[in-house]
Amino acid sequence: MNETFYDVMRRQGITRRSFLKFCSLTAASLGLAPVFAPKIAFAMETKPRIPVLWLHGLECTCCSESFIRSGHPLAKDVILSMLSLDYDDTIMAAAGHNAEAIIDEIVEKYKGNYILAVEGNPPLAEDGMYCIIGGKPFVEQLKYAAESCKAIISWGSCASWGCVQAAKPNPTQATPVHKVPGLANKPIIKVPGCPPIAEVMTAVVAYMLTFDKLPTLDKQGRPQMFYSQRIHDKCYRRPHFDAGQFVEHWDDEAARQGHCLYKMGCKGPTTYNACSTVRWNEGLSFPIQSGHGCIGCSEEGFWDKGSFYERLTDINPFGIEANADAIGGTAAALVGAGIAAHAGLTALNRAKQSGAEQQ
Amino acid sequence: MTVTNTPNGFNLNDAGRRIVVDPVTRIEGHMRCEVNLDDDNVIRNAVSSGTMWRGLEVILKGRDPRDAWAFVQRICGVCTGTHALTSVRAVEDALKISIPENANSIRNLMQLSLQTQDHLVHFYHLHALDWVNPVNALKADPAATSALQQSISPHNPKSSPGYFRDTQNRLLKFVQSGQLGPFKNGYWNNPAYLLSPEADLMAVTHYLEALDFQKDIMKIRTIFGGKDPHPNWLVGGVPCAINIDGVGAVGAINMERLNLVSSIIDRTIAFIDQVYIPDLLAIAQTYKGWLYGGGLSGTSLLSYGDIPDNANDYSTANLLMPRGAIINGDLSKVHEVDLADPEQIKEFIPHSWYKYPDEALGLHPWDGITEPNYRIGPKTKGDRTHIEELDEDAKYSWIKAPRWRGHAMEVGPLARYVIGYAQGNKEITEQITMVLKTLDVPITALFSTLGRTAARGLEAQWAAGKMRYFMDKMMANIKAGDLATANVTKWGPETWPNSVKGVGFTEAPRGALGHWLKIENAKIANYQCVVPTTWNGSPRDGEGNIGAFEAALMNTKVENPDEPVEILRTLHSFDPCLACSTHIISPDGTELTRVKVR
Repeated sequence: MNETFYDVMRRQGITRRSFLKFCSLTAASLGLAPVFAPKIAFAMETKPRIPVLWLHGLECTCCSESFIRSGHPLAKDVILSMLSLDYDDTIMAAAGHNAEAIIDEIVEKYKGNYILAVEGNPPLAEDGMYCIIGGKPFVEQLKYAAESCKAIISWGSCASWGCVQAAKPNPTQATPVHKVPGLANKPIIKVPGCPPIAEVMTAVVAYMLTFDKLPTLDKQGRPQMFYSQRIHDKCYRRPHFDAGQFVEHWDDEAARQGHCLYKMGCKGPTTYNACSTVRWNEGLSFPIQSGHGCIGCSEEGFWDKGSFYERLTDINPFGIEANADAIGGTAAALVGAGIAAHAGLTALNRAKQSGAEQQ
Repeated sequence: MTVTNTPNGFNLNDAGRRIVVDPVTRIEGHMRCEVNLDDDNVIRNAVSSGTMWRGLEVILKGRDPRDAWAFVQRICGVCTGTHALTSVRAVEDALKISIPENANSIRNLMQLSLQTQDHLVHFYHLHALDWVNPVNALKADPAATSALQQSISPHNPKSSPGYFRDTQNRLLKFVQSGQLGPFKNGYWNNPAYLLSPEADLMAVTHYLEALDFQKDIMKIRTIFGGKDPHPNWLVGGVPCAINIDGVGAVGAINMERLNLVSSIIDRTIAFIDQVYIPDLLAIAQTYKGWLYGGGLSGTSLLSYGDIPDNANDYSTANLLMPRGAIINGDLSKVHEVDLADPEQIKEFIPHSWYKYPDEALGLHPWDGITEPNYRIGPKTKGDRTHIEELDEDAKYSWIKAPRWRGHAMEVGPLARYVIGYAQGNKEITEQITMVLKTLDVPITALFSTLGRTAARGLEAQWAAGKMRYFMDKMMANIKAGDLATANVTKWGPETWPNSVKGVGFTEAPRGALGHWLKIENAKIANYQCVVPTTWNGSPRDGEGNIGAFEAALMNTKVENPDEPVEILRTLHSFDPCLACSTHIISPDGTELTRVKVR
């Protein structure tokens, strides 16, 4: 238990040189200055592997699937060297009683010193029996594991907001983690997205292990390092938006030239996530780059905000300097507000006009 | 004690010791399994229960059908995309929308990349630990492991003694740390593990290597769909545009993107040929005496088919993945399958936690009803929120019981392969013949847990090869001047009829998947999914027929009832996906809103 992260890496054949390189890369991937690399190295040299209980409620396992797509660090290295993934029913060898016993053991042995990661959420209707683990409602397992944990990570939009099973009319009364009645009062880090970006997931974990503290969270409980700016703010197609160049139909000439997807319903202007910067699958692409608008999957209640192909009418006329907290959550409806703060507004008006003419 | 002979040929006896496995791990979602063992520890009664329900289709009611793919894609993030593809096909069927050839090729590339990656991840990360003992790998001689590797896969470049020694060292340090992580509390002393330490080390090394590699396969989907899991799809085609040498080609599918896809396909083919297939054969060679788990695979198999060669033709002849049904074990006759025929597919619920007006009847999905009705039977041990033992005479699962012309059916890679074999499909027959010859076993050996696992590997190999086929086909089409990826003539709801219905299907990695929907006044009026694990994980029906999981567990000898690795082996061989299996919902959904808010 006193073994440090650095010990483990060294004993697994990783050289000091590679270790330091890993620290620099970690710093870089977190957007930190190189001066932080030694700090990361020091932290890694002095910390044991922290146990993690990764529970699954009502979900689709896309968060786990995303996690194993991480390219830096590799999922393999996270699991073998960074933390101790003692319970995760998707990959663990043990089953049945042997699996359940692990939760008891970790709760007992590491009281206050393990991380609870939650994928999915508990349904509260029908006494919780829309999701049964070991013959009992999942919500019982969740509350039990939360009682003694150090902090909770709410993976993905299910745990953070409720996601698809909580879309209207939410037949099972699926409830996001922070709203579960009677849940122990623990710090909760929401990492929304359906799923979240793989490298965002592993970076959040790496940050916590490295700095031994929770990431700075915005007012909605999301790490501000990844969720403080809108897709639109950093979208490489933004110049086309500003220039009033829009895709009008799927596969039209503008689509082939990579123009802005605003008129095709893109939710980039109201979605706080790192897709347009970190991008997906080792920085390869993101929805807009591959021709489809953002559907806003990291936003609360995104399933109930109208069709994915309906154009937004409630874009805030803020510039890129505005962040989630400054705006106060997702875009409040300021339709047509006359604050001409940015060229984007002109383009937006132009888009609306030409849209109106067509209809 | 009850002794029952089921109409589908199994003798159930619940007299012996009951053992419970819950949670069943290394699957998608949540399930429970209970069996009764006789005095010789042989399974004489099997009960499988789906233990989650999310109610997605009621959520779909009233939504824009063009949005449906995004909702249903979230049924499952493991077989991510296959529900979305099924959905856009269902909507296109309802609205009579045709798609461009390039869109068909891109969809096939995305679906085939899923088949490949999902099978690979299943074999190494969900199933391998039923056969492979990582602790035993510590005893291996790396030089002997290297020799083994070179003997079974001469072209695999990663086969030096040093390579295996590195992994072994890493594993040793991991085990010595005392924090075993995902390997904690495994059955590592169980005599059911038969591989040599060298084979164990080879397989564990590839467990890690496959974990690194699988993410690259899915990059194909990120290129075309923008992200993975859960890439983007489009009714009428695909959202990505193709631009090869025009202005702004950097913002579309261009030569660089296509080259990347092509190189991933080549590496995928190599990985499966050099790592997956040799490992599969080596493991099967050791375990080929363990021929339990046949269940329904020798008698009742179903496949809808998939991977249309040419766009917009969903007839059996145009589907590269086989379609058909086999019943009564008669391989000489493959029956035609029609998803629109109300007499063929019906769902029953006498043992499922749902309510019908007349529970003796089955309902075709277009007319399906789902009203949740959580009620446990009088013989249940425990109470409604603390179940110790289920009462299988009553309702006991969140999964319905679908039947094809009254038969409980097995779906999945083995079903597809046996149906393809029975149809004389050349590629499939060659692959099966190779395996039977290598292992020196008869064709009947296919009807087993190992046969299911083998068929999955062969299918991954087949799917990787077909990615190359569709890549080449698309390049030829582009070369001929066709860049189209979407048909937008019926994009606008004003072009749609007032009332239509459609059905879409795919072969998900786990088996036959169908979505049925009705569209009224441009909104979804009804949406129904019947998914692979609904077929395989089905509970009993009113006639007493048991489902594929239950059937496959029957008559299996369990070495140590406290460590039922044999149960895990057989259940895992189906690659269960429980989030998928439990979504069927009512046509109007109004009843669901009655659910009490506590």
